[in-house]
Amino acid sequence: MLEINCPYCGPRFETEFSYGGEAHIERPKDSENLTDEQWGDYVFMNSNTKGVFLERWVHTSGCRRWFNVARDTVSYQILAVYETGAKPPKLDLRNDV
Amino acid sequence: MKSRYSIFSLMRNALSYHEKWPEAWRSPEPKPSYDVIIVGGGGHGLATAYYLAKLHGIHNVAVIERGWLGGGNTGRNTTIVRSNYLWDESAALYEHALKLWEGMSQELNYNVMFSQRGVMNLAHNQHDLRELSRRINANRLNGVDSEFLTPQQIKDLVPIIDLRGNGRYPVLGASMQRRGGTARHDAVAWGYARRADEQGVDIIQECPVHGFEIENGKVVGVQTAKGLIKAKKVGVVVAGHSSVMAEMAGIRLPLVSHPLQALVSEPVKPVIDTVVMSNAIHAYISQSDKGELVIGAGVDKYVGYGQRGSLPVTEETLAAVCELFPSLKRMRMMRQWGGIVDTCPDASPIISKTPVEGFFINCGWGTGGFKATPGSGWVFADTIANDRPHPLNEAFSLERFNSGYLVDEHGAAAVAH
Ligand SMILES: Cc1cc2nc3c(=O)[nH]c(=O)nc-3n(C[C@H](O)[C@H](O)[C@H](O)COP(=O)(O)OP(=O)(O)OC[C@H]3O[C@@H](n4cnc5c(N)ncnc54)[C@H](O)[C@@H]3O)c2cc1C
Ligand SMILES: [Zn+2]
Repeated sequence: MLEINCPYCGPRFETEFSYGGEAHIERPKDSENLTDEQWGDYVFMNSNTKGVFLERWVHTSGCRRWFNVARDTVSYQILAVYETGAKPPKLDLRNDV
Repeated sequence: MKSRYSIFSLMRNALSYHEKWPEAWRSPEPKPSYDVIIVGGGGHGLATAYYLAKLHGIHNVAVIERGWLGGGNTGRNTTIVRSNYLWDESAALYEHALKLWEGMSQELNYNVMFSQRGVMNLAHNQHDLRELSRRINANRLNGVDSEFLTPQQIKDLVPIIDLRGNGRYPVLGASMQRRGGTARHDAVAWGYARRADEQGVDIIQECPVHGFEIENGKVVGVQTAKGLIKAKKVGVVVAGHSSVMAEMAGIRLPLVSHPLQALVSEPVKPVIDTVVMSNAIHAYISQSDKGELVIGAGVDKYVGYGQRGSLPVTEETLAAVCELFPSLKRMRMMRQWGGIVDTCPDASPIISKTPVEGFFINCGWGTGGFKATPGSGWVFADTIANDRPHPLNEAFSLERFNSGYLVDEHGAAAVAH
């Protein structure tokens, strides 16, 4: 069970949250000129990182607000919680995985 | 040729207290180069190597496994085998696999304990019923056996079920594939390994792959814990670690890796002799030959490479099982474990060439690839040997995420493995 520190409500169990997948994926601006490969990459591909992963969560059973989390996908340790729209914090990336 | 396993070899070896069985496969040091290297010694990888040698005459093959054979999802799954998928492309692929299952113990001279005890999918509301009927009809049009069971027929087959589902999940009907069932998962890996070894395939365990040598867009070798091994072609079949491996070759995949968990109970007398699964309540159950109830749960919702599975998911699954089978409420669970499954956006696999020449990938089986093991190996071997997809896996290319031609099997695959 993860304990996630909602930036607005404080620490709560993972069951109060819903998952939003990888963070910082931007919709391409020049969308009418994209190739099929570029669309495919934007819509479907993802980094699925083993190690420190930046991801989105929403506090569904609480304040219902979205925010970002930096989490190690092997140890599940949460390294940082930060607001949507903010730049990811500087983290020591492990590369022993 | 190794000695055949038979009732006579069993008796002969009994005389020497079963201490003189020959090894089932060699454990050689890797050669400097191979025609084909398969990365990943799960059922799919081993089956691929076997069919490469057996059907395509390519014997200079190595299977490179990070841990031990079948230590991945092959040895962690709940062993449900069926082929009742919705779309023509999937039905053809999974049915091909099911036909291979039906002859597997003979073909491998290894008892994989394939038991066609039937697989049932429950409907709990009107929508479920319509979806189920649609799928049954689609199956039958594709020549896949599938039938509808009324609540009374379900009760006759599974007396311990509470059709009222404790009032919350009433059972309104089910689909039944009688040719579906379960098998012994380790035996599948070992059986393919033994036969592949016999055909000259080198099986190399405890040897993680760290990277790939790529020259001018073509793969030429594999970097491993035992050094660089040259290869003309490489097939990657590493399930939950597919994105990690593909990234080493500069390829991005549409996969998300999640822990999927299962549990077994203490052994009890036979109470259920078929497989019952329910998509709506996220649970399925069968009973092993030892008497343990084998219970499958859902995935953790977040990306995870920790092979355990989170407790809220366990709790939810057991609650659902107790509502459907109230007599199991006091059953004690003995073991719980997890495996990392590589889920794909359309719940269908990727068996494909890649932008890197000579580099093939077989992944995305997610929560339900055990049933496909023989078929997956069969088509992947054909694809590698001939440098083009076999008609059975043409639709399952990596290209489909650019063309948009997805094979959406969420209805048939989601929870029901
Ligand atoms: C709990 C659970 C229940 C399931 N239930 C069912 C079910 O009932 N029915 C069904 O059809 N499917 C089920 N599945 C899914 C099924 O287990 C998988 O789809 C299938 O076994 C995948 O087989 P595989 O050979 O591709 O993968 P695996 O058996 O996982 O083999 C991949 C191998 O690659 C190796 N590897 C990884 N990285 C490296 C590296 N760097 N170098 C070398 N080797 C590496 C791993 O060690 C592993 O042995 C279930 C899965 C789980 C976890
Ligand atoms: Zn909150």
